[in-house]
Amino acid sequence: MEFVWTKTRRRIALDTTDYILLILLSMIILIPVFWMLSTALKSDSEVFLFPPVWIPAKLHWNNFKRALTFLPFVRYFLNTSTITFLAMVGQFLSSPLVAYAFARLRARGKDALFILLLSTMMLPTQVTMIPTFILFKELGWVDTFAPLILPNFFGSAYFIFLLRQFFSTISPELSDAATIDGCGYFGIFTRIILPLSKPALATMAIFTFMWNWNDFMSPLIYLSSTEKWTLTLGLSRFRGMYGMTAWNLLMAASLVTLLPCITLFFFAQRYFIQGIVITGVKG
Amino acid sequence: MNRTVRMGPQARREERYFYLFISPWLIGFLVFFLGPIIASLFFSLSIYDVINPPRWSGLANYKGLFADRLFWQSLKVTSLYSVGSVALGIVASLAIALLLNRNIHGVAWFRTIFYLPSVISGVAVSLLWMWIFNPDFGILNYLLWTIFRIRGPTWIYSEQWVLPSLIIMSLWGMGGGIVIYLASLQGIPTDLYEAAEIDGAGSWSKLTKITLPMMSPVMFFQLIMGIIGSFQVFTQAYVMTDGGPHYASLFYVLHLYRHAFKYFRMGYASALAWILFLILLGLTVLVFKSAALWVYYEK
Repeated sequence: MEFVWTKTRRRIALDTTDYILLILLSMIILIPVFWMLSTALKSDSEVFLFPPVWIPAKLHWNNFKRALTFLPFVRYFLNTSTITFLAMVGQFLSSPLVAYAFARLRARGKDALFILLLSTMMLPTQVTMIPTFILFKELGWVDTFAPLILPNFFGSAYFIFLLRQFFSTISPELSDAATIDGCGYFGIFTRIILPLSKPALATMAIFTFMWNWNDFMSPLIYLSSTEKWTLTLGLSRFRGMYGMTAWNLLMAASLVTLLPCITLFFFAQRYFIQGIVITGVKG
Repeated sequence: MNRTVRMGPQARREERYFYLFISPWLIGFLVFFLGPIIASLFFSLSIYDVINPPRWSGLANYKGLFADRLFWQSLKVTSLYSVGSVALGIVASLAIALLLNRNIHGVAWFRTIFYLPSVISGVAVSLLWMWIFNPDFGILNYLLWTIFRIRGPTWIYSEQWVLPSLIIMSLWGMGGGIVIYLASLQGIPTDLYEAAEIDGAGSWSKLTKITLPMMSPVMFFQLIMGIIGSFQVFTQAYVMTDGGPHYASLFYVLHLYRHAFKYFRMGYASALAWILFLILLGLTVLVFKSAALWVYYEK
C-alpha cells in the first residue's frame, strides 16, 4: 500500500520527534547533575581517570564525611540556617502586613506610594550596597549576622507586590462580613486574609529561603571571621584550601549545600512555579 | 455606596491604619533606600577610603572612570555576555516551551527536569561547572571527543572561550523562562487557532501570526528582566574565573566589587554603581520604545 501522510500519521510523527527532542534536552540538563553525584562518590585517583568513568567502581560515601570534617561545615550549616530562618521570620512579620494595607485599605497618597514601591525594584542593589555597608560599619555590625537579617524585617518590594496581587483576588465580601462581626483591620488580616493566602505565603517562604540560603555577595562583604561564614562562603574558600585537585570532595560539599534546595523543590514544586508565573506574567 | 456617606472619622481611621501597617516598609525605604541613594550620590562625587571621611572631588570619579581601560573592558564583557545569554535564552526557552505545549504525556515530568537547574544556583553550581569545563578531565570535552571527534577548547581558561562558556552555563539555568512561557502558551485561547485552521493557515503561519504575537508581552517582560539580571552577574565571575584570563571575564559588578571592597575606593565604586543604573535605565527605555514595533497588546 502506498504511504500517505494522513492527519493521524503526521500527528504520530510529530509527537515522536517531540519526544526524542525533549528526551535529548532532558539528558543535557541532567548530565551535569549526574556528573556531580558521580564525582562526589569517586576515589581520589578515579577522579582523574581518562576516559572518565560514569559510575565509580566503589561508591566512596566516605567522601561526604571527609568533605564535611575538613572545614567546619557543620558550623557553616548552622550559620546559614540561622540567617535564613531569621530572614524568613522578618519577611513574615513585615511583607504580608504591608501588602494587605496596599491591597485593601484606602488612604490618600496610596497610589503614589505603591508606584514608589515598584520603582525601588528598578534600582540595581549595587547603588545602595556601599552606603548600606558604611551604615552597618558605623553601627559596628560588620562581621555579625545583623546586616544579612535585619533588612528582611522591613519587607521586600518583590514580596509585597506578589502578595498584594494575591490579596486583591480575595473577595472583599468576606472582609465586609467580618467587619460587621466586629473585626478590626488587623483582625481581618490575621483571621481572613492570611488563612486564605497560604499558597502565596508558601511561595514567599520558599523564595526567601532560596535567596538567603544561596546568597553569596552579602556574606562575602559582611562576614570576615571564619567561624561566622555561611555555606556559600565556606564553599568558595574550600577550593583554595584543598587545592584545585580534590574535585570529589568539592562536589560532595556542593551537593550537601544544594540538598535543602533540591528537596524543597521536589516537595513544593507548585509554589515555585506559581511564584514565577505570578510575578513573571502579571509583573 | 453608603460607605462614602459615613466617611469622615471612619476614613481617617482607615488611613491611620494604612500608614501604621506600611510603616515597616516606609522605615526600610528611608533607611535602606532613600538614605543610601543620597549618600551614594554624595560618595560618587568624593574620594572616600572608609578610614578617612569623604573628601569632595566633584566629577573626578566619573572622569577617571571613563579614562579607565578596565571600565571599558568590563562594559564590553558584560554587554557581550548579556546579548549572548539573553538572546539565546529567550529563543531556547521559547522553543522548549513550544515543544512542551503539544499536549503530550509526561509534560509535568519534563517541566520538572527543565526547571531543576534554576532552583540551584550560586557557588555550588559555579564549582560544578568549573569541573564540567575542566579541559583535561571534564565531562564536556570528553563528550565532544567521543560523540563528535572534536577536540574541545580550554573553556573558562581561554580568553576566547570564557564568555561562551559562561553563556552555556546560563542556558542550563533558563528553566524559569520555560515555565513562564509554558504558562502563557496555555493561556492563548484555542478558538484563535481553530479560526485560523478554518481559514487554511499552516503551522508556520499559526506560529508567526498567532503564537508569537500573543507571547510578545511576556517576551518583552523577560527581555527586560534578562538584561537587568545579566548586567548584575557576579558569583560565577568571582568563583570560577576571578575575572580572568587576562580580564576576559571582568564583569561590571566584579569590577565594582573590587574597587569597593578590595581597594576601598568607595567613591569610585559608587560612581560605577550610578553608571550601571544609567545603563540599565537607558536599555530599559530603549526596550520600552521598541515595544511599539513588536509587542502586541490585546485591546
